Amino acid sequence: MERIVFYCLAAVIIVFGIASVTSRKMLRSVIYLSFVLVSIAGIFFLVDYNFLAAIQLTVYAGGIVVLIIFSVLLVHHIEMELEMAKTSKKIVTALACLIGLGVFLTAIYTYDFNVINNSITTTTADIGAGLLSYGAGGFILPFEVISVLLLAAMIGAIVIAKGEKLTEKNNQP
Amino acid sequence: MILGLFYSKIKPAISGYVGVLGLLISTSLSLYTAYNYFFVIAKTEGIYQTIVEKTVWMNFSDSLRIDMGILVDPISVMLLIVVSVISLMVHIYSRGYMKGDPGYTKYFAFLSLFTFSMYGLVLATNLFQIYIFWELVGVSSYLLIGYYYTKESAVAAAKKAFIVTRFADLGFLIGILIIGYYTGTFDFETLNNPEGASILNWASTSFMGLSALTWALILIFIGGAGKSAMFPLHIWLPDAMEGPTPVSALIHAATMVVAGVYLVARLFPMYYFIEDGFALNIVAFVGAFTALFAAVIAITQTDIKRVLAFSTMSQLGYMMMALGVSGYEGHEGLGYMASMFHLFTHAMFKALLFLCAGSVIHAIHSNFLKDMGGLRKYMPVTNITFLIAALAIAGVPPLAGFWSKDEILVAAFEHNKFLYIIGLFVAGLTAFYIFRIYFGIFWGKEGAYQNKPHESPWSMTTPLLILAFLSIVGGFIPFSEFISADKTGFETHINYPLAAIAVFAGLIGIGLSWLFYKKENELADKFANRLGVLFTWAFHKFYFDELYLFVTKKILFNIIARSAARFDKKYVDGTMVGIGNQTVNTSENIKGLQSGKVQDYAFAFIAGAVVLAIIFIYLWTN
Amino acid sequence: MILGISIYEILTVTSILFFIGVYGFITRTNLISILISVELILNASVVNFVVINKYLFPEVLQGVYFSIFIIAVAAAETALAVSIIINLYRQISSVEVKDIETMKY
Repeated sequence: MERIVFYCLAAVIIVFGIASVTSRKMLRSVIYLSFVLVSIAGIFFLVDYNFLAAIQLTVYAGGIVVLIIFSVLLVHHIEMELEMAKTSKKIVTALACLIGLGVFLTAIYTYDFNVINNSITTTTADIGAGLLSYGAGGFILPFEVISVLLLAAMIGAIVIAKGEKLTEKNNQP
Repeated sequence: MILGLFYSKIKPAISGYVGVLGLLISTSLSLYTAYNYFFVIAKTEGIYQTIVEKTVWMNFSDSLRIDMGILVDPISVMLLIVVSVISLMVHIYSRGYMKGDPGYTKYFAFLSLFTFSMYGLVLATNLFQIYIFWELVGVSSYLLIGYYYTKESAVAAAKKAFIVTRFADLGFLIGILIIGYYTGTFDFETLNNPEGASILNWASTSFMGLSALTWALILIFIGGAGKSAMFPLHIWLPDAMEGPTPVSALIHAATMVVAGVYLVARLFPMYYFIEDGFALNIVAFVGAFTALFAAVIAITQTDIKRVLAFSTMSQLGYMMMALGVSGYEGHEGLGYMASMFHLFTHAMFKALLFLCAGSVIHAIHSNFLKDMGGLRKYMPVTNITFLIAALAIAGVPPLAGFWSKDEILVAAFEHNKFLYIIGLFVAGLTAFYIFRIYFGIFWGKEGAYQNKPHESPWSMTTPLLILAFLSIVGGFIPFSEFISADKTGFETHINYPLAAIAVFAGLIGIGLSWLFYKKENELADKFANRLGVLFTWAFHKFYFDELYLFVTKKILFNIIARSAARFDKKYVDGTMVGIGNQTVNTSENIKGLQSGKVQDYAFAFIAGAVVLAIIFIYLWTN
Repeated sequence: MILGISIYEILTVTSILFFIGVYGFITRTNLISILISVELILNASVVNFVVINKYLFPEVLQGVYFSIFIIAVAAAETALAVSIIINLYRQISSVEVKDIETMKY
């Protein structure tokens, strides 16, 4: 049962991934991206990491995609068709990517993973306890750092995007 | 005992004092060495030892080495004295002569360089070292002859000197290489050993009827002939008079031109033993012919420096001839000894002659005989010293020239009567032309002088006096005690009949010139007209210059030089420029790498990572 | 773990997704499209972490934590990128890659 679900999700990811990258219209590219993100959340559900899947849906599919859509609307004429790169560039890049993929797959398939079969379900409580624990294996420090990072990002985004007009308005009177 | 400080280095002298000081030190060192060598160490087993200090410089094989070192043996010590004394005199003289000349410092630097090269040449231990210093001497003489570089004739003369001697040096180099190849060594000690392999095996290889070594010796003689202005490589010497007169005194009277004679003397045992002295015969005949040839031309010249130049050529011919007729053992080696003796005395009086001429030229500012006359009233010191030198060169006893010239004639008489007759005739001619110019300068009607000529300053007259003194007493040195072919001394006796004939010939020459030139008269011109075309030929130095000029200009320049220039321009230059162009093109092409596009950078990044991954996986699986 | 799915297949999927993102990054001419490609790359790496955590080390949760952090960072980065794009658009009125090659030779 899970196998079928997984294969569907995998197919969706790959097809919509390619579509997103090669689409000629901006908005369609964004929507395809959101499909990919939701499918990845589905994979997370399959491996029993429910909390992570929730985060994925909230932050990625909800926040980031919306952000990108807003930026698209701000800077773009929606109906305009995107230019594509030169054919030579496309072929060369595709070739390089295929070779890289070959390298990756070779590395993966020649390695013996010692898989441990289990069915542990991780609860949110476990994740929370681990994130905020002070002991060994605790992630409290990165947690705090991340919060500082987000603060810095917010301030930076505001400063950068504020632009000329608002500052001039402030300086005039 | 052997002091390393024989070499004057080039000094950026601010004044001539440094130059003179350097020479004083060198001279005293060389005199000290001579004293030590001849008297203190003296003979062991009746032979003067050759003292050699050397260090290995380049190693070709075990026996074929090129060393740098110092060779002290009778002739090298003698030449050291000659070079230092004459050079010292010239330095002192130049302080007066070149006063006020803008290139004063440069002049003294060149003089020091020349003296250094000469020392190196004299003290060389092997053929290669002598070749190196030979070339150095050539270069410094080029610099000195072309000293008045704004005068086109001076520049041309310098070039001519250098090219002609360079051409001769080609023969020299080939000779060196042949000797090196066949005997396996360049070293003088080994080569000159009469029981050594190189001399005993001379007949082993032969080429066109003569031993290979004989060819080598002939070629080396050609090199020496170029430097010593033997016929037919003599054309540079008259033109080299374009340099300042002290330079002429140093280079062309006393030192550089004797380098050729010195070379033959240095290799004398080889010359004597190989092929029973075949090469030596060639040396003798070339020397004799040159002596005659030069003397005939000297009679006709009107520029006093040119007369002296041809006189030098003639005396060099004497020296070569003397070497040529020499034997080896003991008293047989009379010619060798006489040649070196004549070198010694000739240096003294020829330098004196040149310096006097310089003094006269300095006073009158002209080289030509027709502008001079009656100078004995104004320049007494120059008058007397010139007279002494003229008597010396004419071979009047008891001055130095008589003793040395007499020994040469005796050696020639014992060897080959024909050469003796030529030598005698040349002696007469020598007296004639020297007194011709003596009378022309100091007696006769006064020339049209614009300012009254004055005697030269004491810095110029002092060397004149010193050299005159040496010309007088130099003949009394018992030379044969010190210098001989096999390095044992021997006693010489005067051969009275021959000496008398020689003196008589000289007196005839003096008498004739007295008749012609003492008082202004028509005799000389009438005689010249009677001789007609012969006179014109002699006057124009037998048209040799024109012949050489024609050959070189028409043939060499057009055919060889032009195509070489074209090849150089097209291919060699083209290659260099091409490399530059290639570099520029390549950089144009790879400019694109710095495109400013992030995507391209990312691509390069990814591709590089992939390649590295492939490499590591490949290595890892192995 | 997902019953019946071996680790190899999941890793294959993520690799493909990764390289799709790389291809898009190098090929696209629009800045926002490049941003989207970067998201794809980051997501592929997140799935990688999670899967390895689940399959090979099920009792620890480092992979999950790390994935949370990656998502947070990606969000911040996207926000900043958008603000830069907007600023750039104000200056040169274009978000094409070919108009911002000012660091050329």
